[in-house]
Amino acid sequence: MNIERPSGLEEGLEALAASPEATLLAGGTDLMVEINYHARRPEHVIALRRVKELKEWDGRRLGAGVTFRRIEQGPIRALAQLARTVGSPQIRAAGTIGGNLGTASPAGDSHPFLAACDAHIELQSRRGTRTLRWDEFLVGVKRTSRQDDELITAVVLPEALPRRQEFAKVGVRSAMVIATVSACVMVDDEGQARVALGAVGPTVLRARRAEEMINSESEKSDAALAEFARLVSEEVKPITDHRSTEEYRRHAAGVLSRRLFERCLRT
Amino acid sequence: MSTTTRTRVKGGIGESVTRPDGVPKVQGDFAYASDLQAEGMLWGATRRSPHPFARITAIDIAPALAIAGVFAVLTHDDVPGRPTVGQIKPDRPVLAGGEVRYWGQPIAITAAEDAETARRAAAAIVIEYELLEPLTDLVKAQEQGEVFRHVRSLRGEPDSHGEIVVEGYYEMGTQDQAALGTEAGIAFPDGEGGVDLFAPSQWIHEDHGQIVASLGLRDEQVRVHPAGVGGAFGSREDLSLQVHLCLLALYTGRPVRMVYDRQESFAGHVHRHAARMWYRHEADSQGNLIRVEAKLLLDGGAYTETSPAVIANAVYFSIGPYRCPNVVIDGYAVRTNNPPSGAMRGFGAVQTCFAYEAQMDRLAAEIGIDPLELRLRNALGPGDQLPTSGQVITEPLPTVEVINVLRALPAPDLDVIDDPLHLPGGTGLTTTREGVVRGVGYAVGLKNLAFAEAFDDYAEARVVLTPQGVEVHTAAIEVGQGMVTVLQQIARSVLGTEHVVVLFDDTSRIGSAGSTSASRQTQMAGGAVFAAASAVRRAALQRVGGDDMDAQGVRRGGSLVATVEDLCAAGPVEETVRFRHPDTEEPDENGQGNLHVDFSVAAHRAVVDVDPELGLVRVVSIDAAQEVGTVLNPQSVVGQIEGGTMQGLGLAIMEELIFDKGIVRNANFTDYLLPTFLDAPPIASIVIEEPGNWGPFGAKGFSELPAISSGPAVMAAIRAATNQPLTRMPVRPEDIALSDS
Repeated sequence: MNIERPSGLEEGLEALAASPEATLLAGGTDLMVEINYHARRPEHVIALRRVKELKEWDGRRLGAGVTFRRIEQGPIRALAQLARTVGSPQIRAAGTIGGNLGTASPAGDSHPFLAACDAHIELQSRRGTRTLRWDEFLVGVKRTSRQDDELITAVVLPEALPRRQEFAKVGVRSAMVIATVSACVMVDDEGQARVALGAVGPTVLRARRAEEMINSESEKSDAALAEFARLVSEEVKPITDHRSTEEYRRHAAGVLSRRLFERCLRT
Repeated sequence: MSTTTRTRVKGGIGESVTRPDGVPKVQGDFAYASDLQAEGMLWGATRRSPHPFARITAIDIAPALAIAGVFAVLTHDDVPGRPTVGQIKPDRPVLAGGEVRYWGQPIAITAAEDAETARRAAAAIVIEYELLEPLTDLVKAQEQGEVFRHVRSLRGEPDSHGEIVVEGYYEMGTQDQAALGTEAGIAFPDGEGGVDLFAPSQWIHEDHGQIVASLGLRDEQVRVHPAGVGGAFGSREDLSLQVHLCLLALYTGRPVRMVYDRQESFAGHVHRHAARMWYRHEADSQGNLIRVEAKLLLDGGAYTETSPAVIANAVYFSIGPYRCPNVVIDGYAVRTNNPPSGAMRGFGAVQTCFAYEAQMDRLAAEIGIDPLELRLRNALGPGDQLPTSGQVITEPLPTVEVINVLRALPAPDLDVIDDPLHLPGGTGLTTTREGVVRGVGYAVGLKNLAFAEAFDDYAEARVVLTPQGVEVHTAAIEVGQGMVTVLQQIARSVLGTEHVVVLFDDTSRIGSAGSTSASRQTQMAGGAVFAAASAVRRAALQRVGGDDMDAQGVRRGGSLVATVEDLCAAGPVEETVRFRHPDTEEPDENGQGNLHVDFSVAAHRAVVDVDPELGLVRVVSIDAAQEVGTVLNPQSVVGQIEGGTMQGLGLAIMEELIFDKGIVRNANFTDYLLPTFLDAPPIASIVIEEPGNWGPFGAKGFSELPAISSGPAVMAAIRAATNQPLTRMPVRPEDIALSDS
């Protein structure tokens, strides 16, 4: 196994251009598990921890190498909430938001936040830089639009990030657990809600019909909230697997969305 | 024997002595089996079946042998002796030949110069299968006569009936022991056709017998050595890689090492039996039990292992610590194509405790009395007969006290906590306090100690007094429970000297200590050390005509008559004792008889917060009351109670190995969930010290009990909070949130 450890972005992009088939290591909390279980045996690894440009966090531009530990201590409410749910302290110290996007697990903990705020993903290669909206980037189960010679360099958050934002995640254990269902709800200053749900489809998804419905209600009555939860449950596309059932995931998606929306209204 | 001499000595019994292995384990200096290495060693790997049931039509090892660095590729044809292993009935193939009967079953083993090459060689073997339909349904298995053992308990008048009747059906999923140390070891060929094996075990002499049989060697050609054990809980009672390592070492003439990874470990050891249980309790209007009828099905998996003993325990402890004159219980351990089940802490008594305690709560509700009051009215105690076997209880059995002690605990703080980390859902922030309901539940559990049903159960120990101090030799296993500490304490207290070392010998140097399981070693290995140390003491006093001894030497009338050096001038004082507990009997055809040597009882009170809409549970507190005999090491006692309690808590709300038509879907710690620190509530451990009749200084075993009643107490608390029947353990979020009732 050949391991390269570039110390700067230019060097990293060059290494990747030279070996576009290389596996990228950005924290290793997913990759090392796969290697240890013999699910993958990469010939060539480019380890990104030393690339200092990726660790920069400047306002709404969040470097791909920023760890969940830093995010957990950062100023963005829902982002900090979700970061706290990622693994153990050791895993949060190693895992990065870029790695979480690169793996593109349907249960990726950062994804509901990025979907709710319509974040963009910045990709760089020797050929140039492009930014994709979250739903252009995450395209399927563990599939992204990243080209082989591209690095995920940053997450770019919108200029106006709603102040009212809440994240929650259902898991059977109090900590260190993969999401059964996760959700992020934001309500902007005009009172418009956005609702994103994780682990209930091939990728994170927005509950657009539920958003439209609740945003068109001037009075957020109990009946309206119940209808909102029902629509979320209808819109999600969960499966039954060893972690939960489709029926429970639909139910929990609705419950979480309603609770988070109510929490946003209260703040 | 509890009245014999006990000398006051530093580090003796009754103190929370620091464990000799504690600091090295915490600092990472302790050598576990997975740390063992040798000059010139090879690495072993195992090829396993991906199918739960299939006929093997062809095995081609040539591609594996063609890989550079591969030294051996062995299959069932290469097993020189008995082709199968098993403690009770050797029916599990060392390596599968004609067919595979469970997912993960070993088919071939390889040895190579490094781990990766060995693994690649194992993967390169070409195996062809003809797939067969796996049998995984317990009811179907019983109907088809796929039964390892049927145990019946029939007592009193089966046709008598009570006025109040409650019926229930209960299910339990499969729990795994989840020891942190995976299966690992190293085998050394001795150059003369024999082999030395270092592998974690719970009973090296039992392993030795099985290994010798499969290798086709003489007893003295195989030496099984204890190796650092990273937890056991029953998972190391049955063989995993032991024969494989010896075969590879003997074939290659080089030391061979194997270390299972986590996924392989889940396939490599037995699990706790999943269960389906049908119960009918009948009582008079005052709640006195009149009759209990039950049918129990335990999933034994593909091979016998310890299922015949587990089903017996399930049956004998199917009613709990309660009197009942009329009993009809049928228990079946059935054969399926699920992975083999075997021993795990509680050994059959865990499954039934969940069911009979749920039944007792239902009965109390039906009659309209307090559930603890119902238990007290029926509480089993000395002089009563065990309802299933009819055995008269002659040992202390303070069922009433464990219940009353818990009942007297202050009511749990009724304020629901505000910190979201301590609400259901924890770090997931799913729940706020308005959405929470609280419940309180109790459960009481009963189990026997040591081996039963006329098993010749013994432990050997050797104690040697030398000028340098006392050596204690034993084949009992330190699995992390504190064996080394308690044996040292016993020897100190008998011989009056602090200078005691415990040496864990291999099978060629000392006789069997019996299994380090069944809550038995403090009484059994401890009893043997007590007896051997007492014999050394008598011999030492006799040598020089003394009447007492301490670290300096032997005294008469308080003054020193011989220093330890003087005393040992004629050679060390050495005594070897084989200690047996009082006899037990075989059951008659109705399961009646004095089948057990001793019993223990424990109870738990659990307080839970439940988010009923999402079905999430947080255990707020869980308190234990238990009878433990004389306490030899208070810290160890509390440690065992807390650990066992958490194992039961995990079983109630998250720990389950999930099988899908015989294939394990969560063989990893990402999805086999164990409680974290955040899931661990405060635990009060209330110990009731009643000296037993035959253990050293009145000590009794107790370490399984905390794992028996804690899960059922949590389940009872969740039922109390939600008003739902919840008849399956572990309870899943959807069982609560999507319940019809």
